[in-house]
Amino acid sequence: MLAEFLQFLFSGLTVGAIYGLIGLGFAVIYNASHVINFAQGEFVMIGGMATVFLMKAGVPMPLAILIAIAGAAAVGWVLARFGIETARGSTVVGLIIITIGASILLRGLAQVIWDRNFHALPAFAGDTPIQILGAALLPQSLIIGTALVLTMLGLRLFFEHTRIGKAMQATAIDPLAAQLVGIDTRRIVRLSFVLSAALGAMAGVLVAPITMTYANVGVMLGLKGFAATIVGGLGNPLGAIAGGLIVGIAEAMTAGYLTSAYKDAVAFIIILFVLLFMPNGLFGRAEVTKV
Amino acid sequence: MNGTRLQRYGGLLLLALALALGPLFLQNGFHYNVAILAGLNAIVCIGLNLLIGYAGQISLGHAGFYALGAYASAILPDRFGFHPLGAMITGAVAVGLIAFAVARPILRLKGHYLAMATLGMGIIVSIVLDQEVDITGGPDGMPVGDLSAFGYVVSGNLAWYTLVAILLFITVWLALNLVHSPVGRALKAVHGSEIAAAAMGVDVFHYKVLVFVVSAIIASVAGSIFAHYSGFITPDEGSFIHSIELVTMVVLGGMASITGSIVGAVLLTVLPQMLADFHDYEMIVFGAILMSMMILMPKGLVPTLAGLFKGRRS
Repeated sequence: MLAEFLQFLFSGLTVGAIYGLIGLGFAVIYNASHVINFAQGEFVMIGGMATVFLMKAGVPMPLAILIAIAGAAAVGWVLARFGIETARGSTVVGLIIITIGASILLRGLAQVIWDRNFHALPAFAGDTPIQILGAALLPQSLIIGTALVLTMLGLRLFFEHTRIGKAMQATAIDPLAAQLVGIDTRRIVRLSFVLSAALGAMAGVLVAPITMTYANVGVMLGLKGFAATIVGGLGNPLGAIAGGLIVGIAEAMTAGYLTSAYKDAVAFIIILFVLLFMPNGLFGRAEVTKV
Repeated sequence: MNGTRLQRYGGLLLLALALALGPLFLQNGFHYNVAILAGLNAIVCIGLNLLIGYAGQISLGHAGFYALGAYASAILPDRFGFHPLGAMITGAVAVGLIAFAVARPILRLKGHYLAMATLGMGIIVSIVLDQEVDITGGPDGMPVGDLSAFGYVVSGNLAWYTLVAILLFITVWLALNLVHSPVGRALKAVHGSEIAAAAMGVDVFHYKVLVFVVSAIIASVAGSIFAHYSGFITPDEGSFIHSIELVTMVVLGGMASITGSIVGAVLLTVLPQMLADFHDYEMIVFGAILMSMMILMPKGLVPTLAGLFKGRRS
């Protein structure tokens, strides 16, 4: 009984942490540029797929992971520089469509450069589960949890104790005022894409041993990450993590106790309920409309 | 006022002419198929553009309404002995009621929250269609019977083309009337500034709900027609990807431009067919075209070209 519950909780926390990391990427970009990046899931895909194929080419795993994350970050920079920056004067919907175009383009490239098959990555620390009160916990889950905590601490340090991190915060609060005090907001937008591409790729590498990776893996993962951000309140990084964990746990509990057929619907049902009662997400600030 | 009225009827006349002359250029079944699909997409896009372009409310879930209409026309005649027209109307009424029920809470949301809510709603519809295998056939899809009315069964390319052309014409006519009515002017005010519109006494919320319901019903009817035409439907009709395609057609063609919606729908229906020759590179080329068009013409195709034309004249 308890073992069963713990088992569902572990798997929920594991995917939830992944959704949280992806959601974090949405939040970072949204804060810097007010763009919702629908290519976020493709960064996740690039992380997993690049690692798989680098390892097939004989690159040792840690190096392959680093190159994959750096590659995704480079793609993020290119998207910001040539997709978002050149599209000044676009409406919000226009920018969304540019990122959707980027998402289609990146999936197409992945199918041509790599392939259309499913690939598994070996678990980082073996497959022997740890037994806790009768429930099995995969070492990979522990690694994902650790990575999530370290990322949160790292981002906190970055945002509160580095010059460039503070500049990002300032841009999020008021882009115009940030420009007035000499912050190059275009650079901040590029940096936000690089940062969230790296976060997405990291999530992609971490989850690949559990769920496999393939050219279209980013579509659903991206949408769940978006759901996590919205549940937590758009633009709130901690909210995104909390939202990810809530969505992940709810999914695992639904699959375990009710029906696995509707597992993928859970995230979106939660979204509708949260938005019905709390239109700004669980931890979002209410928006004041100025005339 | 007279000028715009003249323009409106001139435009309708041109459309009627283009639709009537269309078959002269359609040489084979493949051409007809693309034209019919483009017409159906255009119908949905015009409805969606009323919502996105005129009322300024985004929906990333309209494929869900389209799919509900399609499945109503597939399931009701087969299982419950509905007349195909009855099934289509029942589907449209049901979709209208669902849209009305969802619109009230959803349309209080703004911007990205609204995008997410409509997206979620669409995805839930497609997951239900996917999972309820006993009723919908699940991911494998299900066959759809003929569309017949008054002893006449719609079959053959020309008949389908004519039907879709007539429906497209009616949709454009309805949309133009709506846009040029007090409702349309109220919508424009809402898009310009919701607060100013409300201060002027426009019941903003009422109009948003109205347009949402109308666009959902249009999508449902187009879905029904598509189901009968193709004779086989799958949950893909309601997928997130399809919703995105519809929004892309609207934005690419030009928001708040009915001509734009037709151009966008035709372009994005024809383009993938032409790109099929690229095989593996199809997605790359499609994504690149999408991005570059939005970057170069942020207002959309038709308004940008119209702007160029006007600029040159003056």
